[in-house]
Amino acid sequence: MSLAGIFLITFLLVHLGINLLVILNEDPMVFNRAAHFMGTNKVIKIFEIVLFGGFLLHIIYALILQVQNWLARPKRYHKMTRSDTSAFSRWMIHTALIVFAFLAIHLADFYFKAKFGDVGETSEEGVHDLASLIIDKFQMPGFVIFYVASFIFLGFHLIHGFQSAFKTLGLNNKTYTPVIQVLSILYTIIVVGGFTAIPIVIYFQ
Amino acid sequence: MDLKLKIWRQKNASERGRFVNYKISNISPDSSFLEMLDVLNEELISFGEEPVVFDHDCREGICGTCGMYINGRPHGPDELITACQLHMRKFRDGETIVIEPWRARAFPVIKDLMVDRSAFDELMQDSGYVSVNTGNAPDANTIPVQKEQADLSMDAATCIGCGACVAACKNASAMLFVSAKVSHLALLPQGRVEAKKRAALMVAKMDALGFGNCTNTGACEAECPKGIKLTNIARLNREYYKASIF
Repeated sequence: MSLAGIFLITFLLVHLGINLLVILNEDPMVFNRAAHFMGTNKVIKIFEIVLFGGFLLHIIYALILQVQNWLARPKRYHKMTRSDTSAFSRWMIHTALIVFAFLAIHLADFYFKAKFGDVGETSEEGVHDLASLIIDKFQMPGFVIFYVASFIFLGFHLIHGFQSAFKTLGLNNKTYTPVIQVLSILYTIIVVGGFTAIPIVIYFQ
Repeated sequence: MDLKLKIWRQKNASERGRFVNYKISNISPDSSFLEMLDVLNEELISFGEEPVVFDHDCREGICGTCGMYINGRPHGPDELITACQLHMRKFRDGETIVIEPWRARAFPVIKDLMVDRSAFDELMQDSGYVSVNTGNAPDANTIPVQKEQADLSMDAATCIGCGACVAACKNASAMLFVSAKVSHLALLPQGRVEAKKRAALMVAKMDALGFGNCTNTGACEAECPKGIKLTNIARLNREYYKASIF
């Protein structure tokens, strides 16, 4: 669970780095070429399978553990907890469901379209014009709001998940845990800020 | 003080329980929470009703027998204490206090606020001990133990097994309890030998008893009357990984 989580955390950074090319570079071909490379390179293709495995492992493990956790308390308390805990940690499965719904829509909109759909080709052979597809999608305000909202929920998931993963792996002490907690907030700000900036910048361009 | 009490009443393990509302007056703010319940029970007995059953023993905060879920928190609205050390001055005059038993599949209700915590005993009986021969009591200072290790071990050993960690945990997990037991033995030479094996066995037993899993929410640490730290859980995990990998 924690290892798969940390793997997905690193994946998000890679994904963000490539996506930012859409708004950071005037020439859409830079992003298109990067996307082409990610879609065709042999090593990346193997990692794609590993990535799907990571998602699957994280989701299946989460479902098993969550069901066990619910079964561990068949009768719930009448009074809501007032224990001093972070709300993010208490709502992990709920933020997860929102992120999962987003993931399904996101894959249908971009990933499967790029793989199997008909995305217009650019002047370069074999390179599809994904930049235009993204820019077109984010002209719709509803779509922009949906993306921004989803990433805020992903942020809630990450802010607990990032530091919790290290604790589960046995790393929790006075020296490292405060550093990890700061890192988890920084990472969340970068990921949520970066991913939400893309639709917002495209919409207002 | 005048108070409204909303208390879980349940005749026995098999019967469905329900909340019953009581009014109680003239409670001294200096009385303890359990003394307040004693006053209520005296009144109930004088009316010929069944008193509210709750666990209690030393009333000094050291035995771990008392324990109830008071207004959304195990052991009530105060830090680092058990329910018997909770005082009525922590409540407002006229306040409604909701009192529930610990809720966990592994801790079935016996009657009213009393739950069966023998799952903790079963855990200890299963593997929470030292089984290697450690010989006679050694002379003082013949086995050097670092002060830090000894302190951490003693901190973990202060666990009184009250079950507040399980009650507070949103997953009804016993990880803080198990980690305290594993830690206090693993940090000292006699317990060190079997540390890995003990961690693996206790985790397996904990799962078999129907406790949930740890999600590092930290409610256990926040509610533990003895201030057992989450870092113990990380130590338990380290021992567990060592047992499964090596």
